[in-house]
Amino acid sequence: MTLNINQNFTFECETGNYHTFCPISCVSWLYQKIEDSFFLVIGTKTCGYFLQNAMGVMIFAEPRYAMAELEEGDISAQLNDYNELKRLCIQIKKDRNPSVIFWIGTCTTEIIKMDLEGIAPKLEAEIDIPIVVARANGLDYAFTQGEDTVLAAMSQRCPYKNKNLSSNTNAIHKPLIIFGSLPESISKQLTLELSKYNITISGWLPSAKYTELPVIQEGYYVVGVNPFLSRTATTLMRRRKTKLIGAPFPIGPDGTRAWIEKICSVFNIVPLGLEERENKIWNNLKDYLKLIKGKSVFFMGDNLLEISLARFLIRCGMTVYEIGIPYMDKRYQGAELALLQKTCKEMKIRVPKIVEKPDNYNQLDRIRDLQPDLVITGMAHANPLEARGINTKWSVEFTFASIHGFTNAKDILELVTRPLRRNTNLKSSHNSIFTNTY
Amino acid sequence: MKLAYWMYAGPAHIGTLRIASSFKNVHAIMHAPLGDDYFNVMRSMLERDRDFTPVTASIVDRHVLARGSQEKVINNIARKDKEEKPDLIVLTPTCTSSILQEDLSNFVKRASFESQADIILADVNHYRVNELEASDRTLEQIISFYLNKAKNDNSLKTHKTLKPSVNIIGVTSLGFHHHHDLVELKRLFEDLNIDVNQVLPDNTLVDNLKTLPQAWFNCVPYREIGLMSAKLLKKEFNMPFIDIAPIGLMNIETFAKEIQKILTKNNIFQDYTAYLDTQSKYISQSAWFSRSIDCQNLIGKTAVVFGDTTHAAAITKILHEEMGIHVIWSGTYCIHDSVWFKQEIEKYCDQVIITDDHELIGNLIAKTEPNAIFGTQMERHIGKRLNIPCGVISSPVHIQNFPLSYKPFIGYEGTNQIADLIYNSFTMGMEDHLLELFGGHDKIKNAVEPSSLENKNELFWSFEAQQELSRIPRFIRGKVKKNTEKFALDNNYSEINLNVMYEAKEKISG
Repeated sequence: MTLNINQNFTFECETGNYHTFCPISCVSWLYQKIEDSFFLVIGTKTCGYFLQNAMGVMIFAEPRYAMAELEEGDISAQLNDYNELKRLCIQIKKDRNPSVIFWIGTCTTEIIKMDLEGIAPKLEAEIDIPIVVARANGLDYAFTQGEDTVLAAMSQRCPYKNKNLSSNTNAIHKPLIIFGSLPESISKQLTLELSKYNITISGWLPSAKYTELPVIQEGYYVVGVNPFLSRTATTLMRRRKTKLIGAPFPIGPDGTRAWIEKICSVFNIVPLGLEERENKIWNNLKDYLKLIKGKSVFFMGDNLLEISLARFLIRCGMTVYEIGIPYMDKRYQGAELALLQKTCKEMKIRVPKIVEKPDNYNQLDRIRDLQPDLVITGMAHANPLEARGINTKWSVEFTFASIHGFTNAKDILELVTRPLRRNTNLKSSHNSIFTNTY
Repeated sequence: MKLAYWMYAGPAHIGTLRIASSFKNVHAIMHAPLGDDYFNVMRSMLERDRDFTPVTASIVDRHVLARGSQEKVINNIARKDKEEKPDLIVLTPTCTSSILQEDLSNFVKRASFESQADIILADVNHYRVNELEASDRTLEQIISFYLNKAKNDNSLKTHKTLKPSVNIIGVTSLGFHHHHDLVELKRLFEDLNIDVNQVLPDNTLVDNLKTLPQAWFNCVPYREIGLMSAKLLKKEFNMPFIDIAPIGLMNIETFAKEIQKILTKNNIFQDYTAYLDTQSKYISQSAWFSRSIDCQNLIGKTAVVFGDTTHAAAITKILHEEMGIHVIWSGTYCIHDSVWFKQEIEKYCDQVIITDDHELIGNLIAKTEPNAIFGTQMERHIGKRLNIPCGVISSPVHIQNFPLSYKPFIGYEGTNQIADLIYNSFTMGMEDHLLELFGGHDKIKNAVEPSSLENKNELFWSFEAQQELSRIPRFIRGKVKKNTEKFALDNNYSEINLNVMYEAKEKISG
């Protein structure tokens, strides 16, 4: 499959000089998702400053997260890591009493080779709180991949046996676990959607509470909801001996349908009425589609949702000039890539160039030449591009908005069309406010 | 290790980047892992900058960790040199590079052979200094570099300007109301009949640095950034400097008198007394405002102050001396400058607090229960929790601290702005108390849940649907409820369950 894809795609790899969020940002949504958790980011002032500013007002709401700020004595090993971490974790236990403490390793703990994985089990036994270690650092990962490192670590903690022995005896298929952190209401929607085809979900990774992590046994099926979860998928397959359902991701009505179809096909279920369901959704999107049909879009690349979003927007009738992406796992995203290819063929457009580890400077050059109708990019470039008359959509919003399932297809288009709708509203804006220099 | 939730001053490299990116045509290259270039986001968002922030990263990844940066940093410098043709490239170390201990100065040396731009390595230690100290140091470093360069090629301009003139040092990007202050500062110098020679680093070309000695003296409006540079210029060229922030009437007066002294030493006899009197009387409304009958209500009111040294000290003085308000305590997070701070404000408040621990400040506010707080964004939020009004007077900054309208803290217009800020904080507090005393405003009918289509048809909400509804943010919950019920009625559903809710969401556009 990988080979076949390669023949039709152009994959490029640039310098990796691009803007993205540090992967420790996953703390901001994971602490909210896992209600009984506490996240301790072991790093420096730089990490703290990033979180403090990126999380905005959330920081004032006494979040269940803190920095273990490393001082000079920690770096030069004058202080003992074990004792220092013990002191902080005892304080966290006393103040917040969480069911689990996540240690987020950073660039600094990598460089000074702090043995977090070694310390955690000992300390866990001593203070009697589970400690899960995830190395979500900027040396190895970008933005959403932070969640991947946390979920991969968590999947090792899922119980092997159910204590009450009462689960899914009435399911008509093998147990299915879904992985990927979604807001409660979206996971509800997807659960409901699958139940229409008699598919029962045995559990979610992560669950709303750490104490409710799902049972995962050998032979269970697992399926991902997000394109950036390749380590979690690998861990579930190799360590927990589960079978991965390689499907496109449930983003956009086309993606959602393909996702359900794939799951159904694995369980030998015929998803009756799924096509009509998809068509109905497309029908509801008509007003938005009118706005974007024939328009062009350029993904600078920073959150790994790019392939799925590009595939959906091409189905909506847009042209995609470039798909920038931090990291491309051709195996985990194999089905999504295949769907992208199929979509391009059906919509009769060329398969866009996929640029891994992009170089923002070169991309700005290409943007100037191509003058796309929309650039999906980070906040560092958004205002300067707008000042040059290029419409932008802030990419981070796609990670925080509800974009999964049939129900939320509208929300994606709501985001994508916002700058275009703004343009029609701002009739009085003169071209004179724009600059030409890049 | 230290358990930390919040910090008042950022890491060192932010300070260096603020200086480098404030100059015109200077580019900073950070030696940093992916994601550390959050500075660009802040500048682009908070200052709404129309231009690309002249900061790029030379990324430290796994390979660099294993083999060292090797040619990577040098290539990145060479590349920026060609692409952007900057006058100066500042190689900026981060916390990561300071533990990698790569020989960055060697990279700088090697890169300078090839490049058109000058290249320097910012001399800041991540573990020893914070954002403000680093910016002070970087500015001094750049000035010193260009003064030496000018000395060596004999282009240094040392003869004084004909008319008395001043360099303003320390106006930077992401500074608290800096750009409004600068306008006011220039106006003040114009009134005092003094030319502005250079403003640093704001929008200045490094080539202009060689003319710094031409000014008669230097002005450092904010102690946090620029003092080191002023001291350097004093040492090298015997240039006097004024480190008084002209914030508040008292400070403005001392500020002008200091200038008068400097001029006298140069045999120019200026008397600003008449000018200061007229300004205080007619241009600044704040002196009269404090005398006006309304402000009698402020007597006996209590306040606490917290911020950087410049603003906390100035506001404490204004509260105590110019508005007659009792300052219970005043504090700063600039621990490195605590001696000056204590001396400056000891007589204007009961207690001086030096700390960078926001929890301690929170507890102190709760314990002392002031009528108003003047602090940073953090104190504003503490105030919200405790129901105490707060005026923001100092960084850390937030997008609200970059107002579009003219809001200086410095100068005579600054005194008006500050008087408004202080007075409004207190009146709001008064209103709240009165409301509490009399049991609040008249109750608004149906304030909690916007009315639904209840009496037309009996609509039953299932338990799950109700739960789902309660998860929707309050400000749109009413609209969602109404739309869903309308949708259910139109489609003859008698019960609203999750299915109906989602279907409604899918079908109702806009």
